[in-house]
Amino acid sequence: MTTRQGHALPPLQTTGLSRSFSGFKAVDGMSLSLHKSELLGLIGPNGAGKTTMFNMLAGSLPSSSGSICIHGRDVTGQDARTRIGHGMGRSFQIPKPFPHMTVLENVLTGAQNQTGERLFGACFQPGRVRRDEHAAVEKARGLLDFLLLSHLEGQMAAVLSGGQRKLLELARLLMADPDILLLDEPAAGVNPSLLEQIMDRIVTLNTQHGKSILLIEHNMQMVGRLCSRVVVMAQGRELAQGRPDDVTRDPDVIRAYLGDAA
Amino acid sequence: MIDLLSYGAFFLTMALSYSVICLGLNVQWGQTGLFNVGVAGFVAVGAYISAVLTTPETAERLGGFHMPIALGWLGGGLGAAFLSALVGAVTLRLRADYLAIATFGAAVVIQLVLLNLETITGGPFGIGFIPRPFGDLATNANAFGLANLVLMAVLVLVTYLVLEHLVRSPWGRVLRAIREDEDAARALGKSPERFRLQAFALGGFVMGLGGAAQAHFIGFIAPDNYLPTLTFQVWTMLIIGGAGNMRGAILGGVLVWGIWAMSGNLVSQLFPAEHQARASSLQIVMIGVALCAVLLMRPRGILGEVKTLSRHLGPRKPEDTVREG
Repeated sequence: MTTRQGHALPPLQTTGLSRSFSGFKAVDGMSLSLHKSELLGLIGPNGAGKTTMFNMLAGSLPSSSGSICIHGRDVTGQDARTRIGHGMGRSFQIPKPFPHMTVLENVLTGAQNQTGERLFGACFQPGRVRRDEHAAVEKARGLLDFLLLSHLEGQMAAVLSGGQRKLLELARLLMADPDILLLDEPAAGVNPSLLEQIMDRIVTLNTQHGKSILLIEHNMQMVGRLCSRVVVMAQGRELAQGRPDDVTRDPDVIRAYLGDAA
Repeated sequence: MIDLLSYGAFFLTMALSYSVICLGLNVQWGQTGLFNVGVAGFVAVGAYISAVLTTPETAERLGGFHMPIALGWLGGGLGAAFLSALVGAVTLRLRADYLAIATFGAAVVIQLVLLNLETITGGPFGIGFIPRPFGDLATNANAFGLANLVLMAVLVLVTYLVLEHLVRSPWGRVLRAIREDEDAARALGKSPERFRLQAFALGGFVMGLGGAAQAHFIGFIAPDNYLPTLTFQVWTMLIIGGAGNMRGAILGGVLVWGIWAMSGNLVSQLFPAEHQARASSLQIVMIGVALCAVLLMRPRGILGEVKTLSRHLGPRKPEDTVREG
């Protein structure tokens, strides 16, 4: 298996991925590759199957058929908890912070392999716990700086605005060092000035940190600005793919988006 | 005066033994949100295991290993933890109300087993002559009472410190994260099932430990001590003291046991002997009234849940601070 970019295996690849709900095929044989350090947009009108696709990729919804490979490893049957261990993290369309924990604690929860998170370690390895925790706090504060939340680190997450919650979720996710990010509508419900900042951070993560990012988005403008390649879904299938400019001029795509109004 | 002192010591020792049990429930409910309505069963297992391990050999039943009391307590705690893990493994996937039914059932089964497994538990007659700590001091009521009080207070303190250490550790943080949003915690690689099971078993250990300590203090146990009323009492203790707050659990244990003991005294003084059995139901009424009063005036309990922060989180050093003022 080779890809256009010459790497042996794409970070994320699906083959013939399908999911039906009592006979209705929400996703019907989607084959998708996310290349290394690519910022890929997955777009489509309401009901196209984007969210179902996303949930299968994230492991929170089992697929009916087809396969999902992360770095060449088949993870189709594995549940959501194991994804992060393969290097893939996800955001939620409606952010899910831990509301009664502080912003800093929220981010710390993203750390992996912490001695102090094991009951045995928490009881009997105080030195290692302290070392891990100090390193984690330092890293978490760095991420909060990067995501413009450091002035809020001691606040309960419940007080954050919608956009800040998206940033917090991103920080929490990055704490786990995933190299693949699944972002579910990062623009939804965010005020315009914060949106610019979120987009800027996503681009930085992609270009400077080399993260491979799959972005599910409704906002065509945003996808056009961020992504070098988009895949358009309609009725559970791939309708078109290519550069955003070309795709948005595709008559099939226009028809799918505007539906009967066209 | 001397009577008052030894009664006071007796009362507080009993109350603190309930505080230990209540701390166990706080790990399960207060920290993790697990609705265990089978407290009495896990307390009973701790008490019986410790009793069987430490009593001298007798002809009437199997067991009687004559071990040191400390080993009995440890065994009681571990036994209850093991049973909790077992019950937890099959029931923790259930949502709150079903978990309540399942744990209630488990407690009833345990109580019935204790009642009928005569060869080990002594059946309805229970187990007597459980060795009491500082038994050598028994001739001096005050010294005996005070020594036991100090021992129980130390047990409460150690349990409190260990549990507080754990809820402020990263382990406790994950527990809270799971309670707040299970899906988000799962997406971050945490296993809600594993953490819940650990918390359930840990809570069970503490309940069993409390049950064992109490059994050794009273010196006699029978299946009737472990009816659902006990579960009700411990829950009331936690709710009145403040669920999610370790100090609240301790305070609730002492307060509710105080109401229980005082109303018991009142009943025995106010009612003639032939009505006392029925009048003692007033004790449960009193606790119910206290529960309602607290829920109306302080819905989160007297102390309420405190903001728990990991103890490793110091403030930022000034040079790290990006924005000032």
